[in-house]
Amino acid sequence: MAGKRSTTTIKVGLGSCGIAAGARKVWDALEQELNRDGIKADLKITGCIGMCFREPLVEVTDQRGTVTYGDMTPERVQRMLEEHVRDGTPVDEWIVRGEGYDRPDDAFLEKQYRIVLRNCGIIDPENIEEYMGRQGYAALEKALGEYSPEQVIEIITQSGLRGRGGAGFPTGVKWSFARRAPDRGVKYVVCNADEGDPGAFMDRSTLEGDPHTVIEGMLIAGYAIGASDGYIYVRAEYPLAVKRLHIALDQARTRGFVGENILGTDFSFEIKIKEGAGAFVCGEETALIASIEGRRGMPRLRPPFPATCGLWGQPTNINNVETFANVPWIILNGAEAFSALGTEKSKGTKVFALAGKTARGGLVEVPMGITLREVVNDIGGGTISGVPVKAVQMGGPSGGCIPASLMDTRVDYEEVTSTGAIMGSGGMVVLDETTCMVDVAKFFLSFTQRESCGKCTFCRIGTRRMLEILTRISGGKAREKDIDLLGDLAAKIKMASLCGLGQTAPNPVLTTLRYFRDEYEAHVNEKRCPATVCRPLLTVEIDEEKCTGCGACKAVCPVHAIVGEKKQPHRIDHDLCTRCKMCYETCKFDAVSVR
Amino acid sequence: MAKKRGSATGTKKPRGKPKSKKDAVDLRRLEPVLKKYREERGAIIPMLQQAQAVYGYLPQSVMERVAEAGGVSPSEVYGVVTFYTQFRLKPVGDYVIRVCHGTACHVNGAERITETIAGQLGIDEGGTTDDSKFTLESVVCLGCCSLAPVMMINEETYGRLTPKKVRTILKSY
Repeated sequence: MAGKRSTTTIKVGLGSCGIAAGARKVWDALEQELNRDGIKADLKITGCIGMCFREPLVEVTDQRGTVTYGDMTPERVQRMLEEHVRDGTPVDEWIVRGEGYDRPDDAFLEKQYRIVLRNCGIIDPENIEEYMGRQGYAALEKALGEYSPEQVIEIITQSGLRGRGGAGFPTGVKWSFARRAPDRGVKYVVCNADEGDPGAFMDRSTLEGDPHTVIEGMLIAGYAIGASDGYIYVRAEYPLAVKRLHIALDQARTRGFVGENILGTDFSFEIKIKEGAGAFVCGEETALIASIEGRRGMPRLRPPFPATCGLWGQPTNINNVETFANVPWIILNGAEAFSALGTEKSKGTKVFALAGKTARGGLVEVPMGITLREVVNDIGGGTISGVPVKAVQMGGPSGGCIPASLMDTRVDYEEVTSTGAIMGSGGMVVLDETTCMVDVAKFFLSFTQRESCGKCTFCRIGTRRMLEILTRISGGKAREKDIDLLGDLAAKIKMASLCGLGQTAPNPVLTTLRYFRDEYEAHVNEKRCPATVCRPLLTVEIDEEKCTGCGACKAVCPVHAIVGEKKQPHRIDHDLCTRCKMCYETCKFDAVSVR
Repeated sequence: MAKKRGSATGTKKPRGKPKSKKDAVDLRRLEPVLKKYREERGAIIPMLQQAQAVYGYLPQSVMERVAEAGGVSPSEVYGVVTFYTQFRLKPVGDYVIRVCHGTACHVNGAERITETIAGQLGIDEGGTTDDSKFTLESVVCLGCCSLAPVMMINEETYGRLTPKKVRTILKSY
């Protein structure tokens, strides 16, 4: 009985979003049930496969193949084990993916091409054996054994890999600067894992799902530029990523991939983990360096660039998580294989965190050159509400909103930049017609205003003034010239700020002004929010004819602004009402209106 | 914003250890942390992070001791503490509720989640309930965007929230 069945493997996706959706409880249930009724299977953990919208995910592999169950719950575990693992009949209605199964969610993976995420959701991230089983550390061995450091840099340059943190600087060129920098005893490689964009989780998922590939990428970079020490600067808000990095580093050290005389060569490299303490500006290179040194993370003037004068004054090469994760693949498969993907100037793939109003939110990796329409509609399945897409926000607070009319824009650094947005690190937030673009601009500006380190006057005070103007506009107190003033301030902040945060902070305002000026004008001139989002401009009313006095709205109102006796028509106290629309959404009789 | 009902208090009522006064902290608990980083360069931030893990916040005497151990001035430590959002100068409740206000959560109604909790607990954002049970905070992004809107209560994450769901969750604490 057991001998035959133990060929079954059950994997549970235990990334942060899986756990948030309840995967840990599913795991516990599996662990408990498996050892009971003689149903045997190997239980394993894995990272995020990217289908966050179907979490918790459980994958079952046996001699018949592999199927994935979505939206799993502890209650579903017993039936799945009995019918699938014991009796050999998969539970058809819960399957979201599998060979021979035609499922609507198949479209989510069809147009993807996985380099960075090649192991995510497949291997156990806490087990180095599984990484090595998929050519892990073979790239390091190849680089050290077959290539000189200069040749490694040449391969990376030829591949066309550009910085995935957002700016898109050619990685090979960056490495060559650090390689050529005068050696004053020590050089550093830093991995920027301070993923601070609200709405982005690519780096977290990569670190949680495949930490070794980032470590291997750093090792190859270290060899290429002649560095002996590395730091991974990771957000403290990502405890699971930090934990898995520690486990991976210990394992890599035990195996001799990290430490002295790696793989018997004279290349030595040590890696330390530094936890960021929460400051968006630390994603900027010089601010990140200041933070590792234990100071306030404030950017400084460049030059000198970190490549010549970085951490503790030494030559330092800083790359983003995704950039490093590409490196082992390029070394193993060659520069041509990588540059065969993509457009003329943007090669390879890009990972996006697809979120917002999308129907299928999750982590996607697509070849460069794919259109936004394909990503949003084909992979993301359009909007969850069915309401048409209004815009796609790319690049977070530094980026902008690309309107639905430009959805044929290709994923390409230059093409995205020409819309006024930026490629960014990979946040892609889908906005539908119920989203107010003035509110979105205000949201991002309140973020950058808060996160401005305060060094440059235009960034510190200019963003505050812009936020005040946007607050006036969304509050129905706009002045006639406010829209022009916004544009004027935006241009000056871009020009007079030292670092990327200030230089890009006005982008969300500029792009919404460019594509959705009519919405601004409705707010300013008509004191009206077309999407009914900006609360001070709204009026919420109860139609006494339709109201049955059921009390549902009264119960849900957070500020107790609804009055009325049971079975009598209710009314709203407008002085107390915060226009949160909860009553509107609760009412079953269509008696509440919002204008 | 919701009208303020009840009051947000900054000081934690002494529980467990009777007679402990405000900011009268046992600095001996800090020594293992300081010892661990004695040799490390630029270790002010990890020292503060672990000190906060010990005390739940950063009392003045702790910051002064970290400054001394790190060989920098207390004002420099205070500068670091106030720069990074992770550090707290006030004690928090037993359960810290962190409501995500990232982009995906924002467009999916995070503001209403905060309002619901504020209304339910009678505190404002950043406040702590009188019984020191709950503290309500907003965070920039928890990175679970596909489950938006999201919140965390201590280490437990809750996704796909609605005001109704939030009320049920709060009752379970």
